[in-house]
Amino acid sequence: MKREETIQIRNLSIGYTSKHSVKVVTEGITDTIRSGKLTCLLGENGSGKSTLLRTLSGFLPPLSGEISILGKPLKAYREKELATVIGVVLTEKSNLQNMTVEELVGMGRSPYTGFWGRLSAGDRAKVGEALAMVGIASLRDRLVQTLSDGERQKVMIAKALAQETPIIFLDEPTAFLDYPSKVEILHLLHRLSREMQKTVFLSTHDLELALQVADQLWLMAKGRGVHTGTPEDLTRDGSLERFFNLPDSEKRIKIHFDLNQ
Amino acid sequence: MKRPVAIGMILLGVSILVLFFLNLLLGSVTIPAGQVWKALWGGEVDNAIWQNIVLKSRFPQALTALVAGAGLSVAGLQMQTVFRNPLAGPSVLGVSSGASLGVAFVVLLSGRLGGVALSRLGYMGELAMTMAAIIGALAIMLLIVWVAQKVRGNVTLLIIGVMIGYVATAIIGVLKFFSAEEDVRAYVVWGLGSFARVSGGQVMTFVVIMAILLPLSFLLVKTLNLLLLGDGYARNLGLNVRRARIWVITCAGVLVAIVTAYCGPISFLGLAVPHLCRGIFRTSDHRVLMPASLLAGASLALLCNLIARMPGFEGALPVNSVTALIGAPVVAVVLFRRRKEDTGE
Repeated sequence: MKREETIQIRNLSIGYTSKHSVKVVTEGITDTIRSGKLTCLLGENGSGKSTLLRTLSGFLPPLSGEISILGKPLKAYREKELATVIGVVLTEKSNLQNMTVEELVGMGRSPYTGFWGRLSAGDRAKVGEALAMVGIASLRDRLVQTLSDGERQKVMIAKALAQETPIIFLDEPTAFLDYPSKVEILHLLHRLSREMQKTVFLSTHDLELALQVADQLWLMAKGRGVHTGTPEDLTRDGSLERFFNLPDSEKRIKIHFDLNQ
Repeated sequence: MKRPVAIGMILLGVSILVLFFLNLLLGSVTIPAGQVWKALWGGEVDNAIWQNIVLKSRFPQALTALVAGAGLSVAGLQMQTVFRNPLAGPSVLGVSSGASLGVAFVVLLSGRLGGVALSRLGYMGELAMTMAAIIGALAIMLLIVWVAQKVRGNVTLLIIGVMIGYVATAIIGVLKFFSAEEDVRAYVVWGLGSFARVSGGQVMTFVVIMAILLPLSFLLVKTLNLLLLGDGYARNLGLNVRRARIWVITCAGVLVAIVTAYCGPISFLGLAVPHLCRGIFRTSDHRVLMPASLLAGASLALLCNLIARMPGFEGALPVNSVTALIGAPVVAVVLFRRRKEDTGE
């Protein structure tokens, strides 16, 4: 199976500009993200994970450097076009009332629907497929406000699938979930990247789980740039340990133990 | 369209027809239903005065109520969605305060500076007040739209809107203080809101303007549905959120401006009706909520007008009091029920 380089990043600096100042969060990121793989972005709070995801999604302009998505510069995409290339799952918890799961997943079809947003039979079929893929077909008619956090997260993932984008970005999809749900969500994303050849890129705090499921890790630390590699490589060459400044041998053992599981 | 939705719409439509006819039938003068029916279709009526009452007074009033209720409710729905706030309504952005400010300037200052009490000028005075209200409301709306381009957060914008409203109210207070008692009275009467003030010739202008604006607001249904998801998701699905927000605010603002100009500030209808519709149809889809709010708003405004004019309240109660008395409990009940559901009780 061919693994394409869907996202290419060259010498990227990210951060925020205001009227009087520029706040650089991280600079000098150069890397590629491939399709059919699950890439996890690890880092402490404030290290710029969300900023990077927002920049890659086109929500925030980069300070400098280039991002190319499917061989075309990100800034050359029009809004409508980008909506068919990148799908996102965000941390913002929308306070939706009286909307069914099916309707919410159906919103993922918006880039393809016409002026009134009516779903065609084809759109409905796509929504059904997305629900089945995530394993929530039985929730179809439930109202979103009655779902648990884990179920809601799956609905948003189904929304991203219905959007039919080759790339899916997820900002902390496992935050606020109980442990079994975290495992379930990450394994689901891993499976989707394999079966559908999606480029899945997510940020998380769950180091142990990320080490288990990720094909590729991005380590991000405040002011120290981004360090990438496979979980095995990063563990072997000691960069994981350095990265998290694990002082005692106990934690080191924990990591090895988790890897061997 | 799903069957329950269609049935709901038809029931709302029927309620409008029934209430409209009751508005023609009931009032301080008793007219037999058959005669009202005849007068309505241009037939010969036994009493020429009855014909005049039905066609020149009750009919324009009912038509004004219907159109105003529809406009305010649609605007309220748009505001609640764009600000993702259940308490947002037509008055919240200060647009109706803007209209009041415009009217206050004309009514209160003309007496003071020009030495003419506008309240005595009749038709010209009425026209001047309408124009002043439109100009005032649109000026405030443009200010809000300008602010919307500068600030990112919805809550910030909402608070700024409320503050602008307070400033407008304060200026009106100052104007009142320096005005002749007679003019203040004219202003206060305007502020009570009424569907009866619009006179024959102006009714058609009002109805035509609204008949153009209301369908235009339906063009925003997909945008509004996307905005429900939150700015991030909406943007990711291809919506230019900033532009969308300005379009929705402009649309709602113009609707409120026109209605307020012709009827005075009518409170609570625009706030209550969208909640009522969400409760009835159990949906957040604007393809249902838009027409539902339009119909329910028209229906509720007709009901309020009817109550305000019930036999016994000969002088006609201020519509504003009736809409608040009906609207406030509706909002309270809907929010209370929703809270209960959220906490899973």
